[in-house]
Amino acid sequence: MEKLLEVNNLSISFTQYVQGLNRNESKVISDLTIDVNENEIVAILGSSGSGKSLLAHSILGILPYNSHVTGTLKFKGKTLNQEIKEELRGHEICLIPQSVNFLDPLMKVSDQAIGECENEEEYNRKKIKQREVFSKYGLNESVDDLYPFELSGGMARKVLLSTALLNDPDLLIADEPTPGLDSKSVEETIEDIKNLKEKGKGVLLITHEIDVALKTADRIAIFYSGYVIEINKAENFKNKENILHPYTNALINALPENGFKLTEGVQPLDIVEGCPYYENCPIRLEKCENTKPELIDHNGIMIRCFNFKEANDGT
Amino acid sequence: MELKAENITFSYNKRPILKDVTLSLESNQIVGLIGDSGSGKSTLCKILSGHIPNYKGNVRIEGKEIEQKGFYPVQLIFQHPEKTMNPKWKMEKVLKESWNPPQELKDTFGLKENWMNRWPNELSGGELQRFSILRAINPNTKFIIADEISTMLDAVTQVQIWEALINHCKANNIGILAVSHDIKLLDVICDEVLYFDEINHI
Repeated sequence: MEKLLEVNNLSISFTQYVQGLNRNESKVISDLTIDVNENEIVAILGSSGSGKSLLAHSILGILPYNSHVTGTLKFKGKTLNQEIKEELRGHEICLIPQSVNFLDPLMKVSDQAIGECENEEEYNRKKIKQREVFSKYGLNESVDDLYPFELSGGMARKVLLSTALLNDPDLLIADEPTPGLDSKSVEETIEDIKNLKEKGKGVLLITHEIDVALKTADRIAIFYSGYVIEINKAENFKNKENILHPYTNALINALPENGFKLTEGVQPLDIVEGCPYYENCPIRLEKCENTKPELIDHNGIMIRCFNFKEANDGT
Repeated sequence: MELKAENITFSYNKRPILKDVTLSLESNQIVGLIGDSGSGKSTLCKILSGHIPNYKGNVRIEGKEIEQKGFYPVQLIFQHPEKTMNPKWKMEKVLKESWNPPQELKDTFGLKENWMNRWPNELSGGELQRFSILRAINPNTKFIIADEISTMLDAVTQVQIWEALINHCKANNIGILAVSHDIKLLDVICDEVLYFDEINHI
């Protein structure tokens, strides 16, 4: 199995002007390592505001000018720089953006889905495919000529899906493709993502809908406050004992079908010295406050927590 | 107190979207509404909360027309909080546009003091949604229309937000209409779930 995407020690920070000429550096992703193989779906689950979308944007090279990125990104073994990213995006790497605001308000939705074409022949070919994809999602022909403001939230979301699927990418980055969709369309989306995998492609699925992640992914990475705190096999999520990190547990227990259990606390806004989950952690140790745990391998599960490091060292 | 919508009919440019929709909501109730995307749920929410005026039918509280002037007693909370806030106002001003909630309530909703001086684009969706909910539960609010308010949030935040909102509304006798695609969520939080297909006679 070949590695499609490798992300090593990626950190992203932003420079902001606070007052006058005073600048403030805020770090949003720290030391992130993740990979996607061919024929594999990796889901990224995490709290909102934990930096999930920024990861997607950095792979495509569409971060704003005041961002600062360190670490390496590789696609099919080739290190990515801005030039290569621009070449690949839209062809080999496609993004389903998170917000329906990404649609061009002044362009008919069918033309947005088709995208740029070199000649009439290409346009006609893509037009047929666009119609196919649209009708699969229940968007009938009258929708083709509408502008984004005339669509409901769910319909706009379907248009975004179609734009990415039309290009047949090798790596699909789906940034929250399902919220606001009715259950039939969610099933359809899951099917499409799985189909890509069957064809040997890779998918990085960014979501907070645990259900969707469980149904599609092979591996699931959990994000918290800009850190990967756990990477686990999807099948392990069926049995709570195989979930290691306390935040992952809180996520699973908060699902309506698992008891809708309340966990207090929000993630820290500022950079913390110790473990990012220290403030809310039920099993914290003294050293967690000031020392940051590393991401370690614990019986094939990647985990960032001292509790497991201790257990591992002991054996 | 009862919020009642009767025979609501509405169309966008001659494209009919709602026909004879009737529903009612009591102050002590949480009613769920589920339906397909594009079927007109959000349009109904906007009509109930007074954002769309030119519909047919009527929306009444205790049998009386709702006063158009002053604070509207039916408040809508949107799916995307970032779209409902002035990007050039700091969060403190955004919140105080409606009222100045007591510290206790800010704590219940998990609002941190250092969020107040931030701009809307510096907070995450979950953080912003806490503001937009707190803004909506002004003391004059009688009913809350929650249009997919937790769709963009992670599971932990979803529980926190619903817990806080439901506790506050139960204590203050505010009725909630919860619109969502997530039937599992509605089953947990609602007293009753309506299917939009069954009330919209299009």
